[in-house]
Amino acid sequence: MQIFEGKSVFGGIAIGKIHVYKKDEKQVKRRKIEDEEAEVSRYQSARDEAMSQLQELYDKALREIGEANAAIFEVHQMMLEDDDYNESVENIIRTEHVNAEYAVAATGDNFAGMFAAMDDDYMRGRAADVKDISERVIGILNGASEAAVAADEPVIIVADDLAPSETVQMDKSKVLSFVTVHGSLNSHTAILARTMSIPALVGTNLTPDSDVDGKYAVVDGAAGKLYVEPDEETMKELQQKQREFLEQKELLETLKGKENVTLDGQKMLLYANIGNSKDLATVIQNDAGGIGLFRSEFIYLERDHFPTEEEQFQIYKQVAQTLAGKRVIIRTLDIGADKQCDYFEMEKEENPAMGCRAIRICLTRPEIFKTQLRALFRASAFGKIAIMYPMITSVEEVRRIKEIVAEVKAELDAQGTPYGEVEQGIMIETPAAVMISDLLAEEVDFFSIGTNDLTQYTLAIDRQNTKLDEFYDPHHPAVLRMIRMVVENAHKKGIWAGICGELGADMELTQEFLKMGVDELSVSPGRILPLRKIIRETNVAELK
Amino acid sequence: MREFKYVITDPEGIHARPAGDLVKEAKKYECKITLTKDEKSGDCKKIFGLMGLAVKNGNEVTMTFDGADEDAACEAVEAFMKANL
Repeated sequence: MQIFEGKSVFGGIAIGKIHVYKKDEKQVKRRKIEDEEAEVSRYQSARDEAMSQLQELYDKALREIGEANAAIFEVHQMMLEDDDYNESVENIIRTEHVNAEYAVAATGDNFAGMFAAMDDDYMRGRAADVKDISERVIGILNGASEAAVAADEPVIIVADDLAPSETVQMDKSKVLSFVTVHGSLNSHTAILARTMSIPALVGTNLTPDSDVDGKYAVVDGAAGKLYVEPDEETMKELQQKQREFLEQKELLETLKGKENVTLDGQKMLLYANIGNSKDLATVIQNDAGGIGLFRSEFIYLERDHFPTEEEQFQIYKQVAQTLAGKRVIIRTLDIGADKQCDYFEMEKEENPAMGCRAIRICLTRPEIFKTQLRALFRASAFGKIAIMYPMITSVEEVRRIKEIVAEVKAELDAQGTPYGEVEQGIMIETPAAVMISDLLAEEVDFFSIGTNDLTQYTLAIDRQNTKLDEFYDPHHPAVLRMIRMVVENAHKKGIWAGICGELGADMELTQEFLKMGVDELSVSPGRILPLRKIIRETNVAELK
Repeated sequence: MREFKYVITDPEGIHARPAGDLVKEAKKYECKITLTKDEKSGDCKKIFGLMGLAVKNGNEVTMTFDGADEDAACEAVEAFMKANL
């Protein structure tokens, strides 16, 4: 047994034969040609074909892995349309009287060389993109079929490195896993593998003479290991791990793309809770309908200074673009209580859970709040952003928020900075907000019930205190009645109401929530498909 | 001819995706659109020329517009850069 180690790109277990993937070494021969114009038009039609292949790849990537990751193929198209690139190819054909393959290869080398010489890591990496497009055109000129994995059974692909287009166009039913020697965790290929849920490793310590082609092997994606010809004991252990992983994946495959609708036609939105933009890939993998709770406080907690408007804007913009038009509900900062941040220089409090936290900080220190709001509104020009305010207890608070929002909008208007339509909602997580939810519903676009705090405040039980467990009932009728009341009041005023606390993912309550008419559940990404399963098996009319 | 100066605020500078978007925007107009950083210039309708300038966060660039629809182009590109770069 040989064990190799790499950096984990995506978890999961793959068991199968290794196929060492080598790029078609496209040996480009220089040939003299007679008819330059015919050669130029041969180049032009190959380029047009490459453009349409890239469009197909873009569409495929868009469906499979989302807009932000597909964008690379759009950039490839622009590179192929670039006048300098095309003039260079055509000039070489005309002045040197040579074949199109040679002209493309020479041009590709020149442009890749230009990037490789730049003193910027990111730009140096773009040399690979230039090579990728040039090889595509040469392949078409040669009449070569697209890079394919010639295997009868699914295999573990081991390669030096993979271009994004190579990863996307491989027949997924023939690929168990990707293992590459080069490539970083943030390379396009790693991102693609991750969003396709294929176990993958990069930076693996294989050497050209590690003779692994055709050998039986196991990839443990989560552990970052490749076992070649594993012994019996290791194999057993890994097979068990694989079974667990596959059960989850099966659920995923059958439910992906399906609607969250009950047998009698009642729909529910299933959104994801995330605490960091690094979680975006799992949101897409699990087929979330949107993001129901983006905990913006991580941006504050990760830093030792107030995040600037620009830093925040970039993060919100990325989330909005990645979700490509799906709703992204961003909760404004919820610092305080158990989430403390030194540079806020908060005074010590006797009872922080009931102290200066969340919206209370925002309203007493509006300069912090306004910076975040400006970033959010600017990002709303790039997707469907909604803003949610935490810890509301009164109508007055909501009105003060609206005044500040109006100021922010006026400033952006004066600067001519674009922003989109932004829905605004509040968290219902205090008993006070529940009791006046009819009044609050007139002020906002949606409610999201934060059951963790609502339960703690309603039952007067500190959840951190384990000695109180015997008194703590997460399904306490008081909490369930509150949820019902909030949903009813929301519907009376024509707005929607969801749940973003832990209770939302409690599968014992899903049918209860359907009966109440809850419109949305926002849960951690891994819970979306299991909930979808329950919803699709439920008949609400029969429950009543 | 029209021109304006702009300081790039995108932390990654004009990398591939925004360069592509800028080219797309520039190609909507007839006039010649040039981006100059330090002594070097690039045609905004050519992605390689633009990326080749390696414009980074904090760099000041000068945009010039020359041609029939330079006014419209100048306004649109300025708005685009403010929003995206």
